Amino acid sequence: MLKATGIDKRFGAVAVLEGVQLHLRAGEVHALMGQNGAGKSTLIKILTGVIAPNAGTLALAGHAIAPESPLASQRLGISTVYQEVNLCPNLTVAENIFAGRYPRRGWAGLKAIDGPRMLRETRALLTRLNLDIDPTRPLGALPVAVQQLVAIARALSVDAKVLILDEPTSSLDDSEVESLFSVLRGLRGSGLAILFVTHFLDQVYAIADRITVLRNGRFVGEWTPAQLPAPALVAAMVGRDVALASAATIDEQAPARQVALEGQSPRLSLRDFGATRRLHPLSLDLHDGEVVGVAGLLGSGRTELARLMFGLDAADSGTLQVQGRAVRFTHPAQAVRLGLAFCPEERKADGIVGELSVRENIVLALQARAGLWPCIRPAKQRELAQRYIELLGIRAADSDMPIALLSGGNQQKALLARWLATAPRVLILDEPTRGIDVAAKQELMNEVMRLAREGMSVLFISSEIDEVLRISDRIVVLRDRRKAGELPRGTSEAEVMNLICEPVAA
Amino acid sequence: MTTTHDMDTSPPRPALPPTPPDSIWRRAARHPLLWPLATLALILAVNASLNPGLWHLQWRDGHLYGSLVDIVNHAAPLAVVSLGLTLVIATRGIDISVGAVVAISGAVAALLIGNESAMVAGTFTHLSRMPLALVILGALAAGALCGAWNGLLIARAGLQPIIATLIMMLAGRGAAQLLTGGQILSIGYAPYFAIGSGFFLGLPVAALIALAVWGGMTLMLERSALGLFIRAIGINPRAARVAGVRARTITICVYAFCGLCAGVAGVIVSSNVKSADGNNAGLLMELDAILAVTIGGTLLTGGRFSLAGTVIGALIIQTLTSTIYAIGVPPEINLVVKAVVVFAVMLLQSAEFRRQLHAIAVRPPRGGPR
Repeated sequence: MLKATGIDKRFGAVAVLEGVQLHLRAGEVHALMGQNGAGKSTLIKILTGVIAPNAGTLALAGHAIAPESPLASQRLGISTVYQEVNLCPNLTVAENIFAGRYPRRGWAGLKAIDGPRMLRETRALLTRLNLDIDPTRPLGALPVAVQQLVAIARALSVDAKVLILDEPTSSLDDSEVESLFSVLRGLRGSGLAILFVTHFLDQVYAIADRITVLRNGRFVGEWTPAQLPAPALVAAMVGRDVALASAATIDEQAPARQVALEGQSPRLSLRDFGATRRLHPLSLDLHDGEVVGVAGLLGSGRTELARLMFGLDAADSGTLQVQGRAVRFTHPAQAVRLGLAFCPEERKADGIVGELSVRENIVLALQARAGLWPCIRPAKQRELAQRYIELLGIRAADSDMPIALLSGGNQQKALLARWLATAPRVLILDEPTRGIDVAAKQELMNEVMRLAREGMSVLFISSEIDEVLRISDRIVVLRDRRKAGELPRGTSEAEVMNLICEPVAA
Repeated sequence: MTTTHDMDTSPPRPALPPTPPDSIWRRAARHPLLWPLATLALILAVNASLNPGLWHLQWRDGHLYGSLVDIVNHAAPLAVVSLGLTLVIATRGIDISVGAVVAISGAVAALLIGNESAMVAGTFTHLSRMPLALVILGALAAGALCGAWNGLLIARAGLQPIIATLIMMLAGRGAAQLLTGGQILSIGYAPYFAIGSGFFLGLPVAALIALAVWGGMTLMLERSALGLFIRAIGINPRAARVAGVRARTITICVYAFCGLCAGVAGVIVSSNVKSADGNNAGLLMELDAILAVTIGGTLLTGGRFSLAGTVIGALIIQTLTSTIYAIGVPPEINLVVKAVVVFAVMLLQSAEFRRQLHAIAVRPPRGGPR
């Protein structure tokens, strides 16, 4: 139905896509897989006319096309539903579906919107999707899953031949995913070509008829699910020879330290700890001086775990114990007081306070824990900031420059400094190496290992499996917001990957 | 003293330093208080040219008298209200109910004083139902309570600041009218007058109160971490929360303090005019206060604030009002005149506008027909 061949796309000197191909067939659900930065979204943008490729051809039902805008590609019959529902919650279901192209009445459509016709057509569409909702209800009153289906209804209302779904399931729970899938199966039966982008491997095997994998902007291959079992799929995405475990990086001291941990009561311990829609209940212990790695794909519940532990979101099941004492955090300040620290994944939104100076950003958490009084004197602040700037090698002209002017890696280090200044017992790092260069990554990892040797317990969350392997004493694997298992130090990358992608054994 | 971008205490630099080595001149030109101070100087100069007696200060009966003293004294309520509002705006909020709270606080004071009188030592004297301290405390508490309510609506119930305080603006005005029974309650108790029109050590009490509020706030913000937290909340409330800052609690306290300041202003105003007027006391004061805060260089987008700037802003507004009266602008057009001047002041404050002006003034000669 839709065939893309030899697609190249460069942004400046950077090649984002090189010779990528994709072949969507009518009546098939086609999964597009790849890690972050593999080029999936760029490819989708090209298919939908948001950007134009530098080379390559697109053909729809055998005819070459070159959509110049999303509207143009929509007219050709290529409809897209994006990850976040980008509809208007204050408008009704029907208004959302027809937004921008309301049916009109009267001569040349000059009169009012044809409300009855809009409702009629909306009902017909919803019936096609097996959706029983009132088209006059405001969209915001419906659950997210239904909103997602309304977005699909909108996409179909333009006589789509090709439907592109960009991570439609990331905000849905299991039963909602199932109802979405039954709709997709119906649509597949009616001859639509569906492109499905997701990070959830089990969903790929539940619905996809064909899989295309991209890696670093290149086409890796196209398979049917039967040809490509999950470990092979992960290997294709990650691109490492999975057989080669990174045994060389294992620390010889590991066995000795493991013994030392025996008999020691955990610093922090979770029991059946979870929250509806965010994280299935799980149990986890963190000991002093231990680095526990958390591996899992995007959306596997890694960030949710960290946020729940730190009191940023409210847990609604299980217990969290700090040094044997059960606590229930309702505000991060409580977690901080008990010696927890958390470097969030979203550095810009949750981490830095951009217009404050590096110095103020570094002292913020320490001062917040101390309260309003006593205030850390400016001289002391400078001294503290200077110490961490040197210790972590933060490249800042001086500690009084706004932190927003630092590079990403240096901002990350400054955030680490903010928490180190509070001398935490438990350090939670969520994707601390995201978006920073290799050298900075290594420095950060060395620092984390040094801290652990000094007795700090660290929860290290990363999507880079080799990093997790290199640094962790134990690895907790999350999959589909569940704990899939726990692996000891010395596990090979292949074993971790197996656990990451293996379907949940009931 | 300033509490602008960092915590060190740099005094406001003079607008025109003598014999400028380049760096000092540039630093002065960049100083956030330069434009507010220049504006104030300009308006004072205009006033002085029309009213030669402006600079004339005299010491009479142990008191300091003069037009300038009057201006400072009249600016006191606005300055206090604006100082409280500065912190609210620094958290990226707004409080448009301060005028109504001024009226409430005045009404509470008038009610607590009551309308009793008696013959004392042969003269007819007004009495107070409550001790003076309790009267003042009651009025201030009413203000703080209104502010705390605003804060709760905003930080706990998640209302938009402008909506929450709009409710208080209307409800508060209604409450003030209810308290005064729609009348102007006149206050006869003489000791109360000392607040609005008395002198202490020869200086006007109202101005001293404003000075004390300013000084107290400056001390609080520089000696504690409040300034840091408020700016962090104003810039990135999510990150402040992750760092363990009690953002909600601080927000509520800041609104409560803003209400308290409005309460102080209410006491000063009612004492000065010897009455509580539920309908007109503090009417439109919120707008003057927002103007004073913005003229002083505090960003409405939060994160950067200047108490000294706010005080200068309040002085600018009051000087402007006095000047308009002094030069005999007919009352029916004085709002228009004020609007025009405020418009000009705000344009001058806009860095963007100044850049455009500069570009026009020093346009390269090749470009135009000249």
